[in-house]
Amino acid sequence: MNPHTQTKLSRRRLLQTGGALAVYFSLRDPLDALAQGAPPPKLPGSLDKFPLLDSWIKIDANGAITVFTGKAELGQGIKTAFIQLAAEELSVEPGDLTLVTADTGRTPNEGYTAGSHSMKDSGTAIQNAAAQVRGLLLDLAATRFNMPREQLKPQRGTVVAADGRVLRYAELVAGLDLHRPAVPGAPKADPKTYTVIGKPLPRVDIPAKVTGGLAYVQDMRPDGLVHARVVRPPNPAAKLKALDSQPVEQMPGVIKVVRDGSFLAVVAAGEFQAIQAMNALSSLAQWEGQANLPKQANISDVIRALPAQDTVILNQGSLGQASGRALKATYHRPYQMHGAIGPSCALAQFKDGTMTVWTHSQGVYPLRDSLAELLRMPKEQVHCIHTEGSGCYGHNGADDAAADAALIARAVPDRPVRVQWMREQEHGWEPYGPAMVTEVQAALDADGKIADWQYEVWSNTHSTRPGGAGNLLAALHLAQPFAQPAPTPIPQPEGGGDRNGIPLYAVPNARVTSHFIPAMPVRVSAMRGLGAYMNVFSIESFMDEMAALAGTDPVEFRLRHLEDTRARDVIALAAKEFGWKPNEPLPKGRGRGFAFARYKNLAGYAAIALDVEVERETGVVQIGRVVAAVDSGQVVNPDGIRNQIEGAIVQSASWTLYESVGYSEREITSRDWGSYPILRFPAMPSKIDVHIIDRPGQPFLGTGEAGQGPASAAIANAVASATGVRMRSLPLSPARVKAAIGI
Amino acid sequence: MTELIVNGERHTVDVDPATPLLYVLRNELKLNGAKFGCGLGQCGACTVMLDSDPVFACLIPIVAVDGRRVRTVEGLGTAEHPGPVQRAFMDEQAAQCGYCIPGMIMRAQALLERKAGASEDDIRQHMEPNLCRCGTHMRILAAVKRAAVTMRSAEKPSRQREAGR
Repeated sequence: MNPHTQTKLSRRRLLQTGGALAVYFSLRDPLDALAQGAPPPKLPGSLDKFPLLDSWIKIDANGAITVFTGKAELGQGIKTAFIQLAAEELSVEPGDLTLVTADTGRTPNEGYTAGSHSMKDSGTAIQNAAAQVRGLLLDLAATRFNMPREQLKPQRGTVVAADGRVLRYAELVAGLDLHRPAVPGAPKADPKTYTVIGKPLPRVDIPAKVTGGLAYVQDMRPDGLVHARVVRPPNPAAKLKALDSQPVEQMPGVIKVVRDGSFLAVVAAGEFQAIQAMNALSSLAQWEGQANLPKQANISDVIRALPAQDTVILNQGSLGQASGRALKATYHRPYQMHGAIGPSCALAQFKDGTMTVWTHSQGVYPLRDSLAELLRMPKEQVHCIHTEGSGCYGHNGADDAAADAALIARAVPDRPVRVQWMREQEHGWEPYGPAMVTEVQAALDADGKIADWQYEVWSNTHSTRPGGAGNLLAALHLAQPFAQPAPTPIPQPEGGGDRNGIPLYAVPNARVTSHFIPAMPVRVSAMRGLGAYMNVFSIESFMDEMAALAGTDPVEFRLRHLEDTRARDVIALAAKEFGWKPNEPLPKGRGRGFAFARYKNLAGYAAIALDVEVERETGVVQIGRVVAAVDSGQVVNPDGIRNQIEGAIVQSASWTLYESVGYSEREITSRDWGSYPILRFPAMPSKIDVHIIDRPGQPFLGTGEAGQGPASAAIANAVASATGVRMRSLPLSPARVKAAIGI
Repeated sequence: MTELIVNGERHTVDVDPATPLLYVLRNELKLNGAKFGCGLGQCGACTVMLDSDPVFACLIPIVAVDGRRVRTVEGLGTAEHPGPVQRAFMDEQAAQCGYCIPGMIMRAQALLERKAGASEDDIRQHMEPNLCRCGTHMRILAAVKRAAVTMRSAEKPSRQREAGR
């Protein structure tokens, strides 16, 4: 339904009600603007798609308030931040609210919880909806008290009149109709008066998580639960040739072997029985077909040689005019994995013609649509409920496990089925973050500023999220398989492989080309930050190389090319708090690095300074002190922002120093934490300090993906500072560092 | 039949003796704390205490814990009355997704019971077997350090009392 049609209809309804309500709304009537031929005003955040107030907030007859979001808690703390927003604007205590997250039966369809969009989309919607609900409650109270609104004050779930009379929200709800569209420009609380927003409210989900409460989909045990395990092919090209499943069907506890083409699973009463049956099935199954993976050592050449769709995403000035010194460099990123600590899991139950799926997917609505296609069922009969899982960091096995669960549940109707992937399945079958190559060349002008900038990035897609049954792993293995939808690039300004491919720096002559490669040698999808991680690694490494060429301090060199004052502010703050001094002499083996980015060039700003020590004999890089400065707009929960940035730095340090998916020409060889090592406690930085610049009243910019790019380049720049050698291939593993410094 | 003592309570379970302790805790005893992470002893998400040692519940067959004392994060306290290590994790807000945290808490608990004055370096080395993917490590370290302080100061008066007797 068109939101503006709804606005028009409801205006009529409002006018009919007369009195204070009509006055309140006519002051900010969007139709006045329409009448003058202006485009219909946009509603803030996801309210624009779901303008009805009761899509976001409901108050029952007892005054109990429920807030709805289409976004999901992934461990990033959004439940707490959303509760803070609603509590502030509704003038209630955070504990007085109930928040319902992503559920196709209850919440708005806000797509995926991804791209650092949650605060911007859903947080903005909840804040504005809550502010409007408070306005409606005040209007109702004004009528009841027969007093002007100005003499009323909302206070902890009540409206207090200047003469001391008090009405509880519960006493006002009888007259409250929230099934009405939001209006643009409704007043919100003044940031100067905030008592909940901007405060480090403890996370609402942490008490259950540290005491063994029911916190994850893995923890669900509905009555009659049965356990399932899948048996995957030995490689992506293998087909199930033959299977005598009878011995497995005789095993204790086994309820059913489910087979559809090459999709193979087993259901058992007990979890360990399911695992034993899975192992038995695996040894009985005969497969045929060999994968043909590229040589790992050549992956950059393979990627660059594949057919590409080229898009020039920036073309300004005229290249080739610069007379000064020039540099050219190529950077490489391997496949890297999300690597959730808890492998993917889902529960599904097929009962009375409805498929209910409890999933840690980042997008319950797109998953619902894809499952409906997979199961050949009407969408209305598929219900997806987000239930937390282990941290995902993008599109991991969550959706695929949900599809497995749904297929298996259909084969054992009525019973709730729990599918838990094994570690080697998560490592081997999750869609990885794509391998990428970038190439950059730039030239200085006579003043030591960049005059020419040419940048190219080669990448597969950064999203094969469902979007279509064919993006669900099991769908490829069915007897009647679904075709994998053709991958498409995510367009600028957000971008996919070319996310952050355009430098934020002022360069007069520039061309940036995005080479989108449709063919995927290895299944890939969205991993935290998408192309931004690699593009920021490349650009910010290269900025240091150019600074050295110009004989300028890297921080000063960045500031020289930046006009955006908020960008300059985070850089200045990080440099100051770190104690960055140009040309500071450092002990042998020690280095320091700096990097900056504004995520997607339109979201959160982050600058990071850090120091490292490189052990020459082993090539081990030990990170010392890290200082970050971040601007995410209006701060809702400062501790939430700190937690996200600390996590970004540590996770990026792990990607940058250790991580690369291993594969032979026949199979993925990174099947566990031994063959895919990540950062462990002894290698942690000595200290991480995060400094936040609050921007009261400014839009939320999001934080979850702001730090990964800058952290990677700050590390590479520090390693270059420590060793005198520039490393351009990720990861900066001990073996590579050793080789680079010639030990 | 296998008898095990979990968080001070005696239980008798009738499962295949090869069943790893993890599945018995989670399914037969319905305890959520110990998590499945790898089943290989590589990540520590399933860490529980067996007598006074941190162990990987995913590797230990139930038959090997017959009659021994098992402790899980549920045994340390509740959301309303958390134990000192749980309290420290709450105070430091030491979780993102939180999936690894019960294992972290149990490994830390084992260290601090043995060595209340554990140093930062002790803690970093001791926590090495447990993986976190969200990058919450700095807060986990801060929480364990905080718990070390509270557990030490709780220990001192009782020692003094004992000495005074």
